[in-house]
Amino acid sequence: MTPATLYGLCSAVLVGAGLYGALVNPQPLRKILALNLLGSGTFLLFGVIARRGAAAGLGGDPVPQAMVITGIVVAFSATALAVALLLRVYQETGRTTLEQPAPKDVV
Amino acid sequence: MMLVGNIATVVLVSLGAVFFLAGTVGLLRFPDSMTRLHALTKADNLGLGLVVLGLLPQVDSVPGALKLVAVWVLTQLAGATVTQLVARAVWRGGGRS
Amino acid sequence: MSLAVLADAALVLLVLGLALWINAASRAFPAVVGYVAFGLLLALAWLRLSAGDVAMTEAAVGSGVTGAVLIAASVRLRAAETEAPPLAAAPPALPLRLLALLLSGLVTAALAGLVLWTTGPAPSLADQAVQHLPGLGMGNAVTGVLIAYRALDTLLEKVVLLLALMGIWSLAKDRYWGGIPGPSRIQPTNGALILLARLLPPIGIVVAVYILWVGAAEPGGAFQGGAILAAMWLLVMLAGLRDAPAISRPWVRLCVTVGPAAFIAVGLTGFALPNGFLSYPDSIAKPLIIAVESVLTLSIAVILGLLVAGPPEQEP
Repeated sequence: MTPATLYGLCSAVLVGAGLYGALVNPQPLRKILALNLLGSGTFLLFGVIARRGAAAGLGGDPVPQAMVITGIVVAFSATALAVALLLRVYQETGRTTLEQPAPKDVV
Repeated sequence: MMLVGNIATVVLVSLGAVFFLAGTVGLLRFPDSMTRLHALTKADNLGLGLVVLGLLPQVDSVPGALKLVAVWVLTQLAGATVTQLVARAVWRGGGRS
Repeated sequence: MSLAVLADAALVLLVLGLALWINAASRAFPAVVGYVAFGLLLALAWLRLSAGDVAMTEAAVGSGVTGAVLIAASVRLRAAETEAPPLAAAPPALPLRLLALLLSGLVTAALAGLVLWTTGPAPSLADQAVQHLPGLGMGNAVTGVLIAYRALDTLLEKVVLLLALMGIWSLAKDRYWGGIPGPSRIQPTNGALILLARLLPPIGIVVAVYILWVGAAEPGGAFQGGAILAAMWLLVMLAGLRDAPAISRPWVRLCVTVGPAAFIAVGLTGFALPNGFLSYPDSIAKPLIIAVESVLTLSIAVILGLLVAGPPEQEP
């Protein structure tokens, strides 16, 4: 088993763990964390494919690596925007969920 | 000459790893936050210094050696500051961990 | 089994252990700390995959700046963690958790099967990438891809950063529009932090410019240097030595837009040449790329710092 294959399996587990965390955790901040985990796993998978494309004296194919760099920066901007939205919702409503409370019965 | 360098690298890096292990044991076994911080900063800084010293024979240019030493100095600076900040927060919080 | 495989296996076990910790930690702050450590270990994994530029970006942006945003959020949401419905969402019931576990298991199995089934060399663009590097005067293929071959992707990435910044700014309350980010002005009272904020930024600026410069030939580049500059700026703001700037200040708007604007300007002049948008004429490729990268680094540093600072919450 080459190191690239080992990291490929690791990335598969990371994607699964991130997906599970995003689905199951009720708090939005934990969901954002889990989505970041999912993203990191996907980037690692790209890195494994890049490593397998090593040629021309380089250690890895540079095009997927450049895509991953772009992806990491875009994932950060998405995380920053998601966190700002979450903090704003919390500031306005005092709640961290968008679910509407059940309407009280009018007696 | 290469042999002496390699032997020095193995000995010093292993010694550094032992110090890191000691720091981690202190982190796990000491009773409260202040003592744990103490174990971490002292043991880890010395461990990193030994690892850097051990890697110096493997570098073949002076700028590379200077970069390794710079890594150690910067880590000490950042580590000392963070330890002060954590200790201050623990002190203000009444000693909870 | 060789020692390298053992080291790789140990690193993978640590990474997976941290991933489980991030999901299983009961409170948000330990989970975020686990995420920062996870990002740094992932940078080591990237080094093992021979991707030096990605390792630096993961450590600086993926773990560092993202960690800063998440830590700030977890501290501000600390009171909301122990809330119960209807103030917070209810945890899903057991059947839903089992279904999610099944789905995640299926996705993991599919990806693992993909990794194990497609062994051997992948179709690669490395030969073509390396072939045209001497014409650009570069030695680092990844920087070549980012600035020259896929320059359109990098331009769009800058625009995405700018859009995220505008999205965050638009979340300000009306009376705080154009104001200062952050809940309150930070007073410089912490001696250790002030010392660090005075000692580290000169070193950080030198390191950032060095990484930008050396990115043409070795791992490095504009994003990594820009992230380090942003970190130095954030350190100065956190110590209270300088206030966060009001977002209506002209220099803030200028620094934020000059990066993409320079990139677009250079790209449009490519229309005048036979190769089209975002092509560099061979004779002045290297100075042009260095100029564009320098302006890009400044812009990235300011945008990343402002993204962490957040929407304005004080009067201008």
